[in-house]
Amino acid sequence: MGVVQGDQMVLNIGPQHPSTHGVLRLEVTTDGEIVSKITPHLGYLHRCFEKHAENVTYEQVIPFTDRCDYLASMNSNFGYVVAMEELMDIEISERVQYIRVIMAELNRIASHLLALGVYGLDIGAFTPFLYMLRDRERILDIFEYTCGARLLYNYMWIGGVSHDLPKDFVKICVEFLDYFEPQIEEYNNLLTFNKIFIERTADVGVIPAEVAVSYGVSGPNLRGSGVKWDVRKDEPYSIYDRFDFDIPTGSGEFGTLGDCFDRYWVRMLEVTQSVRIIRQALKDLPGGDVFETMPKKIRPPVGSVYRRTESPRGDLGYYIVSDGTPSPTRVKMRSPAFTALSCLDEVSSGWMISDVLAILGSLDIVLGEIDR
Amino acid sequence: MGLLENKFQDNVVVASLDKILGWARSTSPWYFQFGLACCAIEMMSSAASRHDLERIGMMPRSSPRQADVMIVAGTVTMKMALRVKKLYEQMADPKYVISMGSCATSGGPYWQHGYHVLKGVDLVVPVDVYVPGCPPRPEALIEGLLKLQEKIQTERPLTRKLA
Amino acid sequence: MTPEQIKERISDQFKNSVITNESLGEHQVEINGEDWLNIATFMKNDPKLSFDQLECITGIDTGEEGPLQTHYNFHSMEHRHKIEVVISHDRKDPKVSSIEQVWRIGDWFERETYDMFGIEYTGHRDLRRILCPDDWEGWPLRKDYEGQESFHGIVVPKIKEEEGWE
Repeated sequence: MGVVQGDQMVLNIGPQHPSTHGVLRLEVTTDGEIVSKITPHLGYLHRCFEKHAENVTYEQVIPFTDRCDYLASMNSNFGYVVAMEELMDIEISERVQYIRVIMAELNRIASHLLALGVYGLDIGAFTPFLYMLRDRERILDIFEYTCGARLLYNYMWIGGVSHDLPKDFVKICVEFLDYFEPQIEEYNNLLTFNKIFIERTADVGVIPAEVAVSYGVSGPNLRGSGVKWDVRKDEPYSIYDRFDFDIPTGSGEFGTLGDCFDRYWVRMLEVTQSVRIIRQALKDLPGGDVFETMPKKIRPPVGSVYRRTESPRGDLGYYIVSDGTPSPTRVKMRSPAFTALSCLDEVSSGWMISDVLAILGSLDIVLGEIDR
Repeated sequence: MGLLENKFQDNVVVASLDKILGWARSTSPWYFQFGLACCAIEMMSSAASRHDLERIGMMPRSSPRQADVMIVAGTVTMKMALRVKKLYEQMADPKYVISMGSCATSGGPYWQHGYHVLKGVDLVVPVDVYVPGCPPRPEALIEGLLKLQEKIQTERPLTRKLA
Repeated sequence: MTPEQIKERISDQFKNSVITNESLGEHQVEINGEDWLNIATFMKNDPKLSFDQLECITGIDTGEEGPLQTHYNFHSMEHRHKIEVVISHDRKDPKVSSIEQVWRIGDWFERETYDMFGIEYTGHRDLRRILCPDDWEGWPLRKDYEGQESFHGIVVPKIKEEEGWE
């Protein structure tokens, strides 16, 4: 800490701090308790993903993508394989498409549960964190039953998936969904409509829609500001155009449109929509072999592709350049949390320090994805 | 202990002072939440309701001054390594370090081309227990903590002081 | 609008800005980097193009003999069309004007490309490294990157050579 310009103080939050969702350093210039400028310092988790991707084969990149956004590992894999299949122009079998959608939506529920639970923890409520993690453990049990891993799956491969579903998967999944839907009611009673929570989050950290689009904010953060944009509906990939689901947007019912409560509420509603998608997919799940459309050798043609998919944090894009060898020339991951964090300075000037942490929690960042 | 054993009723325990101190010190190590990457999520899961860490005495502390054990969970990069050393030095003695996950042990999957990855946190701080895995299951972390407890029990703090 | 129509509209407004390059796909257009700030402002504000989303900025090292390139992916939410703009830089002195005033996300994307490749974006308000430490030496994602020996006393192991793929 030091004293700058007589009145203002520079405070350092992080890189080790229980509420910064990872190793992030915020250099906050404050006048008493009111923040005037924030400079985020990144790079404390820069693990050279893009350098590794240039030196391994296309299939070996997939475990590295897992570890970038470690909370939504299925969705990170999904984005990469969708981009690769567009580059190589492969048709996927129906069973694989349905399995991928089920896994991606289950992981979306798990990621949102953790995000909402940890957000409650940031605000100061410990119990919702335990309740949401308890239900997330049940989803991780389903994943472990399918592919053996709890957090980092390496499940979606180019042209297929790594393991077929076990025999009673549909029964177990339906049992979980039947158990889970009433729990959402419990979370709302516990946290969402709690007066203290609403006071802490409503009207705080408003992101206007034009600012959000200019800063590249996407996903629930953008939908919380009222912009109805979801890659699954607007640039559909895989078989999302066959399912019937809504896109929840913020409506400013407890405060201004685009505040922290709206972003939280959009995530809560998205969990219910994901449950809808999974139920529809489980009903129509076809049989077949998951390995039949997997190519023996991955050698894409010379060219490049940029494809984005909807991860729980927003628009996850992969830019892949290939030169005909088994190893990529360049893989760039455009991470949604990177763009969400970039608007922190503009959104949080004028608020108090504890509001800054509420805003940071509502953006739902994962440092593994930002620093890659 | 030879002469005095089994001479008293069941509610009287005879042991050496070192053993009693070892038992007291090992059964409530408070850990310093130093979650860096994916292993931090497994550390949080092991502190949640299913694999409860508090039943073996571990309570999470956010400040290094109040902690006994530092669990380095996740990849340590060059930029972070300087801070790890600083935080280790801020902890009060006696302190222990658990290196959780393969990234903290030896660089993990980033060992080959990671120009910015520290190949193992034992290059900057002394490590007591290594827990392998990518990420290690909560049960594996709990086993690592129990091994640390065994290690603390075998220390002889009084003997060191008098010598 | 199709990519062809977008290219035509840009080259109508700015003569000699579009460079034909056979190796690019049809969704990509190579633009001369000298007047880039004006072209970018036009692409955002023109009602027929209205590219309001800058999706991604990627730096690419095309090999020893080739140039360094910056690829910009644009998308318009109103018209639902996309284009990719490629700008090539001379390897000795890679420079182009910065577009961070037009799309605010350009700020951090350009800092990242500067950090990884050393491409300088003139006019950027605060161009410094974002992922690597401030005193790191070298541009990591270039193909000829040699790691430094040590960083503040910690030895940085050299990147090992591969046996090669078949």
